[in-house]
Amino acid sequence: MTTLNPAEMDEIAARHPAVFHRSFWQRFRVAFITGGFVLYALYCWWFFAIGHVLGTANWNIAGTYLADWVSYEVRPEVTIADDGAMKLTFPRFSPLGPNAEPDWVEIERGTMTRTTPAAGASITTAKKPASMGFMGEGAVLGGSAAAAEGMATATTREEEVVKRARITLNSSTSVEVVPDRVTVQHAGETLVVDMTGSHVKPEGALPAWATQKTPGQKITLAFGFAGWGEIEAGDVSIRRRFLGWANFIFDTNSPFHGKSTSEVVSLITSGDRIDAKQSNLSLAWNNILYNAEWQHLDVWTKLLQTIVMAFVGTLFAMLLAFPLAFLAARNITRNWFSNQITKRLFDFLRSVDMLIWALFFTRAFGPGPLAGMSAIFFTDTGTLGKLYSEALENIDDKQREGVKSVGAAPVAVQRYGVLPQVMPLFASQALYFWESNTRSATIIGAVGAGGIGLKLWEAMRTNSDWENVAYMVLLILIVVFVFDGISNALRSRLMGKPAH
Amino acid sequence: MALNTLHDGFSEKGALIERHWQELNARRRLYTWLGLAILAVALSGSLWFANETNAGKFFDRLPYLFDFVGDMVPRDGLEVFRALFDLPSPYDDGSFKYNYPEGRLYITESLYIPEYFHKMLETLNIALFSTIIGMVFGFLLCFLAAKNLVANRLLRGFVRRFMEILRAFPEVVLAGFFLAILSLGPLPAVIAVSIHTVGALGKLFFEVVENADMKAEEGLRAVGASWIERVWFGIVPQVLPNFVSYFLLRLEINVRASTIIGAVGGGGIGELLRLSIGQNHQAKTLAIVLLLLITIIAVDQFSAWLRRKLVGDHAFRLAQ
Repeated sequence: MTTLNPAEMDEIAARHPAVFHRSFWQRFRVAFITGGFVLYALYCWWFFAIGHVLGTANWNIAGTYLADWVSYEVRPEVTIADDGAMKLTFPRFSPLGPNAEPDWVEIERGTMTRTTPAAGASITTAKKPASMGFMGEGAVLGGSAAAAEGMATATTREEEVVKRARITLNSSTSVEVVPDRVTVQHAGETLVVDMTGSHVKPEGALPAWATQKTPGQKITLAFGFAGWGEIEAGDVSIRRRFLGWANFIFDTNSPFHGKSTSEVVSLITSGDRIDAKQSNLSLAWNNILYNAEWQHLDVWTKLLQTIVMAFVGTLFAMLLAFPLAFLAARNITRNWFSNQITKRLFDFLRSVDMLIWALFFTRAFGPGPLAGMSAIFFTDTGTLGKLYSEALENIDDKQREGVKSVGAAPVAVQRYGVLPQVMPLFASQALYFWESNTRSATIIGAVGAGGIGLKLWEAMRTNSDWENVAYMVLLILIVVFVFDGISNALRSRLMGKPAH
Repeated sequence: MALNTLHDGFSEKGALIERHWQELNARRRLYTWLGLAILAVALSGSLWFANETNAGKFFDRLPYLFDFVGDMVPRDGLEVFRALFDLPSPYDDGSFKYNYPEGRLYITESLYIPEYFHKMLETLNIALFSTIIGMVFGFLLCFLAAKNLVANRLLRGFVRRFMEILRAFPEVVLAGFFLAILSLGPLPAVIAVSIHTVGALGKLFFEVVENADMKAEEGLRAVGASWIERVWFGIVPQVLPNFVSYFLLRLEINVRASTIIGAVGGGGIGELLRLSIGQNHQAKTLAIVLLLLITIIAVDQFSAWLRRKLVGDHAFRLAQ
């Protein structure tokens, strides 16, 4: 290892004054700039009230919403009447269909003699929600209704009721309901809840996964991803979460719902016609397209609208920007006035944001792809025109002079002297914008310019269709990646070298 | 050599070459026409489809377009500036159309910020803050995605895919999701734009890093510098001007993006614009458009000036 003596060091220092004697700004600029950013971040913290917003945010909901992207809940509900008659129901729009009997819900049925004070015209009470446990024809009523009507005669009859229901969520989690007791097992712990009277009384201490805010009232059970449940007096409702998208192909109204692939295939190929008017194949296809939950046809149409918006908008923008760029380029059109006019036009089109054009055309054409298309067309005419005219101004003049020198007409000079130089660049830039517009078309769609953006926005606003959002996002990602690939491949062929 | 000899008497070899050239030419022409035909079919199909699925048909609605333009003319020219600076309007009839002074944001007893300036500031802050966040994370990620710095293909591929997904994920969905959690306000817009910016800047950054001159890095490697030291002292100084240039470019784009995100519920000026166009408030709409136009041009000019100072003219490629 060589060491420098002081004289050598001085000599080096003298030779490189810029390194050893730096100005104040040079020495501390990193600290200044970093400090500036930190100060700005603090200002934004205050300006956007970030601490407050993050503090009041509902993070539990975030988890549920995220889980909704890739999973769904099935909600069996056990209702217990005052006399101990139980009933198990699924909500009307259950993913399993109205009369499901899944194998993870075990039911033990039996008959019991029920004394029911029958009343005459008390339709109002018969319309009570299903959770009250008084279902069906003949309006089995509670005591209050009998008192109100005052003309009741008690009748007794044999009825088939649920004696015991056992709902299994996963290997370690299950809920068993008998009329006066609910037994919950989860993660090796057992919770027994006494349901006699109209109180909910846990026996022993509550495990960590169960909470009860007020004694005697509702107990909430949290089983993590497996689901959750609520125990109330006379009502035990369980949500079991399943991974996947429910009824993605056939909805619950379809005759093909719940059948295995081979069953569906054999029905389509050799089964008897389910609907006399059409073949099973066309029925199945219709059922898929008009699936009430997923709305495949609508989603695909909207996605195609978005693609069309980007395609037509960019293509028209290119077609218009192309001739205008020749007018705007100083070296092609030697007329200061026309140069300035076209350049300012490009600036105007570009600077009036795509959003403004989108809102404007949505008002004019009504919601739909025409508005989005026009917005993209107007904005990109400006952007492409600017890029094109800059490219034209940077061309090599020798080719043009060569063509001109052999006496070619002005049009021929442009065609053979200019176009070959800029055409690959023009096409490459148009392709690039086509690809990036596919992305922007999604977002301007959300302000009303049609396409999948609007549909996405509507699905998100309800906060309950996150699985539909996930489906559309997946489709958009696929489209964007495919177009990205096509555009990159075409561009690298045009430019003769990899575009990246 | 006279021209006619070329045409009349080819040697055998010459005739072959001539024939090949003719064939190639014919094939090229065929491909060109085929391509144009496909394009024409795709275009007319698209136009038909767009017109068919639109709420109003193009030619039916065209007259309304001009009506709408006519509708946008305010009662007098000064009205636009009254709306812009929140001055009371002589036409004030108590409706939302002319209630300009109600948007004033008072700082002191008498000094106020006009509503639209305040909202514009909010939009600009969304853009700047999320571009900074995007740059910080893009900066941290880009070195892991560069071929010349990370030999591990798995790590590189993972980081690149990750950035691609961030870039391609629709901003509307991010904004909508965080709106659901964080409730209304500009923060969902900040998060949505930031996430997109991380992906976009990360990609541009790692391409710059891959094109960096490796000599400085080799020198540092020779004296036994660690990976972080090599990156920090060997790569960062030469790529920083380009990074800043891309940062500014992205800032221009993000000003527009945050306006749009604002219109779908993220606050800021975009939301006001959407409302005022929807309710046909001419003067308010024109005031916002004017303010937006001026702001966007100012930001573009400022960024172009700074970029030219930093890296010279060659960095004027427009990037997404």
